[in-house]
Amino acid sequence: MKEMTFGQYYPTNSPVHKMNASVKILLVIAYIVAVFMVDYYHFLGLLACLFAIVIATVIARVPFGRMLKSIKGVIFLVVFSAVLQVFFNKQGTPLWEGGFITDEGLLTAGFITMRIVLIVLGASLLTLTTSPVELADGIEFLLYPLKYIKFPVHEFALIMSIALRFIPTLLEETDRIIKAQKARGANFESGNIFKRAKALIPVLIPLLISSFRRADELADAMDARCYAGSKVRTKYKKTTFGLGDLFGLLFFAGLIVGVVYLNGFYLYPYLVA
Amino acid sequence: MQIVAKDLTYIYSEKSKSLAVRAVDGVTLTIDEGEFFGIVGRTGSGKSTFVQHLNGLIKVGKDKGSLKIGEFDLTDKDCDFMALRSKVGMVFQYPEAQLFAETVFDDVAFGLKNFYPELSPEETTERVKTALTLVGLNYEEVKEKSPFELSGGQKRRVAIAGVIVTRPEVLVLDEPAAGLDPVGKRDFIRLLKELHKTFVKTIIIVSHDMNLVSENCSRAVVFDKGKIALSGTPKEIFSDAKKVAELGLDLPVTAKLTNDLKDKGIIIDSDLTTDDFIQKYLRAVKDKGGAL
Repeated sequence: MKEMTFGQYYPTNSPVHKMNASVKILLVIAYIVAVFMVDYYHFLGLLACLFAIVIATVIARVPFGRMLKSIKGVIFLVVFSAVLQVFFNKQGTPLWEGGFITDEGLLTAGFITMRIVLIVLGASLLTLTTSPVELADGIEFLLYPLKYIKFPVHEFALIMSIALRFIPTLLEETDRIIKAQKARGANFESGNIFKRAKALIPVLIPLLISSFRRADELADAMDARCYAGSKVRTKYKKTTFGLGDLFGLLFFAGLIVGVVYLNGFYLYPYLVA
Repeated sequence: MQIVAKDLTYIYSEKSKSLAVRAVDGVTLTIDEGEFFGIVGRTGSGKSTFVQHLNGLIKVGKDKGSLKIGEFDLTDKDCDFMALRSKVGMVFQYPEAQLFAETVFDDVAFGLKNFYPELSPEETTERVKTALTLVGLNYEEVKEKSPFELSGGQKRRVAIAGVIVTRPEVLVLDEPAAGLDPVGKRDFIRLLKELHKTFVKTIIIVSHDMNLVSENCSRAVVFDKGKIALSGTPKEIFSDAKKVAELGLDLPVTAKLTNDLKDKGIIIDSDLTTDDFIQKYLRAVKDKGGAL
């Protein structure tokens, strides 16, 4: 349980880490849009996206091992969608006489796999280079316009950062309670799905209760330090827009242009020939 | 049931080189049936990891030594962990966190129903009643209550009743007295001694409270960096004040007094329990003609 490292912040003090969190969020969105803009089977476009994310990773000085680890979390999704395409895509020509695996099925499987992997890489580069607090600040800044329709932006961002902060704590707590109930003979590993779901009640209820208790304590601690919401709160770290941010914007703008350009090259006939 | 650990090792995050921690590092230890055994050591010394092996919550890894409890061989893949857990009870730190059921009765009966589903309702009721009475609660008063309306001390009693209801032969307690007031602590020790006289044959207690250890344990070990740094009777362990301090531990009050008196030329050779210490001290006073 404790070994969940999916996208955990990896501090290196690189130019990417120093970038404005709001800009980084926008860039990741732009990057994901770019990945989706690549037309089917235009692998060159996907390669361009891969190239972009690799460059960003190198500049961020994040080890590639860390990036690859994040793919582990979606490996089931990747394999599942690839297998579906390989076996059930009936379009295109069969690879052999009367066979059920078609060339288009294989190509689509490869394309979808790359697409998912690229998106996950982009998202995890964001969380690897941006601490949860910065991330929450960034989202708060981006949501700022919603203030004009009376949306509690600051409170929303606060809720988010508290939720992120408590994920490891809750995992630890879950681990403890599971052990305590196992020691009392609880069995989480056998039986049908309903039995297993029922077996989780002795874990979920204590977890829920301790979460409420923790929330109460946290609220008291914040009250004790005179927290009064967004009205009087200033920021310790002022958001800035630096050279790195400008460079990042230009870089990803270039990527989108590149993807549109590469969409003009239809690679499929060469692959088959 | 005798507990025999040989060269037991446990490594957290073994696959990652940078994060790997040898929490338990080649521990060889025998705990005989009938002992009141203490395990002490500073935070992160591996005590909790070690005791979690004792009822299979942490499994013994391949080539990580061996662990036998009575007829159970925990190194064996086919070991019946359910049967083991019914014989080795485990009380965690802040055990009240494990309460979940609608009534105190259901919560205490949880373990019993898991381990002995064949038990008749009358038998179950009888056992739950015995367990609740043992921990000092009035069965009729609390059985229908929600465990969450009880006071902190009562919650902890209910949680402990939920463990001893299966009548384990070995009871492992991880920091059981943490957060209890002095009266609660005293009652709790009394309960442990009471249990030790009845069906619980062996008690293993993990604690930071050296007084609790010197006062009650027949034998103890000190963990340091996953290894056993000292072992023996409390008297043997606390004889070397310097070494004990190096291991990040405190001395029990009786050992401190023994050392202070030694500096004044008065040698008191007690087993470090308060009763024995006072007797020996009074004798020393008498021998000196009451001139202290």
